[in-house]
Amino acid sequence: MSTFLWGVLPYLTLATLIGGTIWRYRYDKFGWTTRSSQLYESRLLRIGSPLFHFGILVVLIGHIGGLVVPESWTEALGVSEGLYHFNALLFGGIAGVCTLVGILILVYRRRTTGPVFMATTKNDKLMYVVLVAAIVLGLWTTLVSVGAGSEAHNYRETVSPWFRSIFLFRPDVDAMAAAPLQFHVHAIVGMLLFALWPFSRLVHAFTAPLHYLFRPYIVYRSRDRDASGSRPARSGWSAVGTTDRDRSSR
Amino acid sequence: MRVMAQMGMVMNLDKCIGCHTCSVTCKQAWTNRAGTEYVWFNNVETRPGQGYPRRHEDQTTWKGGWELGKRGNLKLKAGGRVSKLFGIFASPVQPQLSDYYEPWTYDYQTLIEAPLGDDFPVARPKSLITGENTKITWSANWDDNLGGTSELGHLDPIVEKIRRESEDVVKFELERTFMFYLPRICEHCLNPSCMASCPSGAIYKRAEDGIVLVDQDRCRGWRQCITGCPYKKIYFNHKSGKAEKCTFCYPRVEVGLPTVCSETCVGRLRYIGLFLYDADRVTEAAATPDEGDLYEAQLGLMLDPDDPAVIAQARADGIPDDWMDAARRSPVYALAKRYRVALPLHPEYRTMPMVWYVPPLSPIVDVLAGQGHDAEDRATLFGAIEALRIPVEYLAELFTAGRTDIITDVLRKLAAMRSYMRGVTLGRDGDASIPESVGMTEEAVYEMYRLMAIAKYDDRYVIPTAHVERAHELEELGCSLDFDEGPGMYESGPFGEASGRPAPVAVETFNALKQRQTSEAAPAGSDLRGRVNLLNWDGNGVPSGMFPPGTARVSAASGAALGADEAEGEAPQPPQTRAEAKQSREDS
Repeated sequence: MSTFLWGVLPYLTLATLIGGTIWRYRYDKFGWTTRSSQLYESRLLRIGSPLFHFGILVVLIGHIGGLVVPESWTEALGVSEGLYHFNALLFGGIAGVCTLVGILILVYRRRTTGPVFMATTKNDKLMYVVLVAAIVLGLWTTLVSVGAGSEAHNYRETVSPWFRSIFLFRPDVDAMAAAPLQFHVHAIVGMLLFALWPFSRLVHAFTAPLHYLFRPYIVYRSRDRDASGSRPARSGWSAVGTTDRDRSSR
Repeated sequence: MRVMAQMGMVMNLDKCIGCHTCSVTCKQAWTNRAGTEYVWFNNVETRPGQGYPRRHEDQTTWKGGWELGKRGNLKLKAGGRVSKLFGIFASPVQPQLSDYYEPWTYDYQTLIEAPLGDDFPVARPKSLITGENTKITWSANWDDNLGGTSELGHLDPIVEKIRRESEDVVKFELERTFMFYLPRICEHCLNPSCMASCPSGAIYKRAEDGIVLVDQDRCRGWRQCITGCPYKKIYFNHKSGKAEKCTFCYPRVEVGLPTVCSETCVGRLRYIGLFLYDADRVTEAAATPDEGDLYEAQLGLMLDPDDPAVIAQARADGIPDDWMDAARRSPVYALAKRYRVALPLHPEYRTMPMVWYVPPLSPIVDVLAGQGHDAEDRATLFGAIEALRIPVEYLAELFTAGRTDIITDVLRKLAAMRSYMRGVTLGRDGDASIPESVGMTEEAVYEMYRLMAIAKYDDRYVIPTAHVERAHELEELGCSLDFDEGPGMYESGPFGEASGRPAPVAVETFNALKQRQTSEAAPAGSDLRGRVNLLNWDGNGVPSGMFPPGTARVSAASGAALGADEAEGEAPQPPQTRAEAKQSREDS
């Protein structure tokens, strides 16, 4: 069981995430959007959405710090385990609560504002369930750690080595198996979320427009190169051996 | 100097009767879809009025367009790149559906299905957003023809500003008010702030003709363009989650047809043609310190297509010769720069808009006529233009960032043209002092009159076609023989003419169709292989196979038709120049 959960599942998740994203980018660029509902309702969105998004960005940074940076590195910098843990719980806790409050406002808004609820798809609903579950379970691990005080489980000796080992293709199943239950559940729901990612509206995060900071304000494009004419219907099969006759191939 | 071509439009507001045909045909062509129910790429506003979306001209609220920074540099009014990215999760100034209107339909089914009873069944309005019963409280055109303006007119941002600044009272009482129509489309600006606001870089300006488009595959729905556009002419499709805007009907323009709004304009008030502009100086011109000088700065960007230096540079920059020719014949260049009677809409937004307007003389003429004056007498009109300060100030806020002197100059030119041409029409010799008094020659006034009053379709729309030899990389075009009258055109599938791959609806097919519809006879080589498909027959010529071979009827009928055409061709032509007109008058 452990082998499957911590040795196989991560790779299935990664394959779905990467393959799914490539597939979606290739075939559904038109569907790749934030699907903003600000046109319908703005008052609650302007509280909930920044709260959630900035919160989850801090949570993301915290996860990268905790999972990717080995404990030995921070200790070499003179940050003791106690200090690190205190900071992680403090900032992680604040960011986590912001994220949770933010998404609860957004879910409330989505349910109570007629047009927004009408624009909510089944896909969205499933995504919300998994996303809220991941956030709640993450906060649960934090709460348990806070409750345990200095006895708290040091995930940087169990979860983090396992996480890094995945990307070295030598999954350290035993390390993860040694972590307490709350980390197990949080990790599984997290993997589920990443598997859903390419197929939900979450994809918009992958096209966060950071290049806006560097591009010129005015964009010229040539009509010819970008073929702004209407497109041919994609054929349902590949035209093997007939590329010279295929009118849709460029 | 870098010469670029820009497709531009001029609207002569004196001719707009506010019939909304442009809006309706545009909507039918482009936004007749779910998600764009509330969207009007083209709309006609009654001025004074709030516009659509409501009060969109109030940039202290909506933060559209550009402003000058402390060092005199251009910056987006809604904030720079970093602040835009921080505001991306909930766009701080975003129009709501209520600022446009909640689109609705009627429950027509009840009319049909209601059981027999004493009361007439009623089709209740249903919201197209929620599907629920709704109360209609606003629309894209609620204050049409000054509807409700006595109550709501003060909400027009320009009225507000004039009242604040000059203490003049804009009158809304029925007897004392004025109004005119303002059709609006996307301005296809030279310095578009929507494009600058787009975090994804999905909005682009076509290098060939300057049309501004949204790449639907790259738009991610960050909504910043909607804030960025001061004209609020980018709309959010709430079903697809993407931005959409007026496309200047590029598929039509590419084949030399005018936009749908222009084609269907009842008043024939729209002109389409090319501008040549200096792309290297756009930012500099947009950063002109004094708002009042922006109109001149924008006009300064427009290059003279007869200037040898411009011609040489245009050739170096790859502008084809037929485009240069079109630029020389361009009606929009003539109205904007040669005669200086067309003005940009809200130059103070610093976006360098490329849809220009000839301001209306009609509020003034109407007031004069109402007072019992001879409204086309030069002295009366000239005096009135200065005296009736409110329309001029109102027009100045729309077209010249408050410079009433520019508006007065334009109105005087229009008034001079009326007075001068009235003299000519009444059989007198033109009074040369009239054009002189507005700094024009008799020839120029006559040419302007021709262009503004009696220009034909081909004079109003001078649209060079996109270049086929440059379009060979277009996705659809696979086989060059499919073009035009080539043998591969309309290749039949195995199950008859309509089977097989769908015919692509783009430049070349469109061009070929147009040629079929406008040419005298069916194109050679349209081999219908012994069958006649009347669905595809457009009434031109007689396709072989329609009648059995050898009947004399066919040739006789087509001969008669040709003869009629020729007779029509010999009909007397209207005089081409002022001198000719004079000549013909003397002859008769």
